[in-house]
Amino acid sequence: MARIIVVTSGKGGVGKTTTSAAIAMGLAKRGHKTAVIDFDVGLRNLDLIMGCERRVVYDFINVINGEANLNQALIRDKNCNLLYILPASQTRDKDALSIEGVGRVLEELAKDFKYIVCDSPAGIEKGAYLAMYYADDAFVVTNPEVSSVRDSDRMLGILASKSRRAELGMEPIKEFLLLTRYDPNRVESGEMLSLEDVQEILSLHLLGIIPESKSVLTASNAGIPVILDEKSDAGMAYADVVARYLGEKRPHRFIESKKGFLRKLFGGK
Amino acid sequence: MSLLDYFRSSKSKTASIAKERLQILLAHERYYRNKPSYLPQLQEELLEVIRKYVNVDQDAISVKFEQDENQETLELNIVLPESQNSKSPLEI
Ligand SMILES: Nc1ncnc2c1ncn2[C@@H]1O[C@H](COP(=O)(O)OP(=O)(O)OP(=O)(O)O)[C@@H](O)[C@H]1O
Ligand SMILES: [Mg+2]
Repeated sequence: MARIIVVTSGKGGVGKTTTSAAIAMGLAKRGHKTAVIDFDVGLRNLDLIMGCERRVVYDFINVINGEANLNQALIRDKNCNLLYILPASQTRDKDALSIEGVGRVLEELAKDFKYIVCDSPAGIEKGAYLAMYYADDAFVVTNPEVSSVRDSDRMLGILASKSRRAELGMEPIKEFLLLTRYDPNRVESGEMLSLEDVQEILSLHLLGIIPESKSVLTASNAGIPVILDEKSDAGMAYADVVARYLGEKRPHRFIESKKGFLRKLFGGK
Repeated sequence: MSLLDYFRSSKSKTASIAKERLQILLAHERYYRNKPSYLPQLQEELLEVIRKYVNVDQDAISVKFEQDENQETLELNIVLPESQNSKSPLEI
C-alpha cells in the first residue's frame, strides 16, 4: 500500500519545499520507490530544488487534464532511480486543480509507488487544501516563531476536520512535527522559542529538528536536496527524520548550543 | 552569577513572552475552531438586546455550541447581576 505524505505549514517560507525534496530523496535512497509532487501551482519551485528544472516537459495539470499521461510527466531523479518528480504548472493557477483530478492522479501513482510526498503551497486555500486532502501522514513544518506556530496550529485543525480521512470517519491523519531553522544559540539566550516551548503548545509527535544551516542554501544553489550533503548538519538531521519515520529510534541532535556544549566541557551546569 | 550568566540575562528574553502570547491566542482560536463563524457576532448582538433590559457585564453571557451525530445545539447562558431578584442563571 502506498503512503501519502503531505508536507504542510500554513505559513510560507518555513522550509516545506526543502523538506519535501530532502525526505523524498531520503526515502528513495533507502530503497522505497517515491514520487514527490509540487502542489504549488503557478509558483513551482520543487523542480529547481531537485535540480530538474530543465527537464520539465509536462506537469501535474497536464496529467489531470489528460493532455499527457503520468509516465510522460514524471521526471526520474538524476541521483536516485527510485525517485520521481511531478512538477507543478508554471502558467496555470490553482483553480486548474480539482479534487477529483488530484484523486485520480494519486490513485494511479499509488499502484506503483511506496511513498507519495505532496509539497504543499503556503496558505490554507485550495492548493494547500488539495495537497493535504488525501494524506495519510502530515509533516507539519514549523519555525520557532510566533506566526509559524500559530499557522501550524491552524493547519492541524484543518487536517483534523477537512481531510478525506476526517470526512469518511477513518483513522485520522498521523501528524508529525518538524521544527526547522532552529538556532540553539538563540534559544539558549532566550530570543527564540525552544523545542520544549513549541511542544508544550502544539504537542505533536516530534520527527526531528532541522538546524538553521548554511548548507541549505548551498544545496539549493546546486539543485541537490540537502540530505545528499551527508556531512552537513541539516543533511544529517533530515537523514534522522527519514530513519525515524521508517521506525528507527535515533536521539535528537543539533539542539544544543555551542555555549551549552562548552559549558558542559568545562564542567558547568 | 557567572560571567556567562551575566551575558545571558542582559539579552532580552522575548521567547517567554512569545510563548505566553501563543498560549492565550491558541486557546481562544481552538475554542472557536469548527464552530459556526457567526458565533462571536451572535454573542455580541444578544448582549446588546439583553442590555436593553438588564445591565449585565460583557462576560455575563456565554454561548456554547455543541455538535454530535444527529444534532447541533446552541446553549445560551446569561448570569444576571446580584442586585436583580433572580439570582439563578436565566436559560433560554
Ligand atoms: N534549515 C534551514 N536553514 C537555513 N535556511 C533554510 C532552512 N530551511 C529552509 N531554508 C531557506 O528558507 C527559504 C524557504 O525555504 P522553502 O522554499 O523550502 O520554504 P517553503 O515553505 O517551501 O516556502 P513556500 O511557502 O514559499 O513554498 C529558502 O531560501 C531556504 O533556502
Ligand atoms: Mg515551497
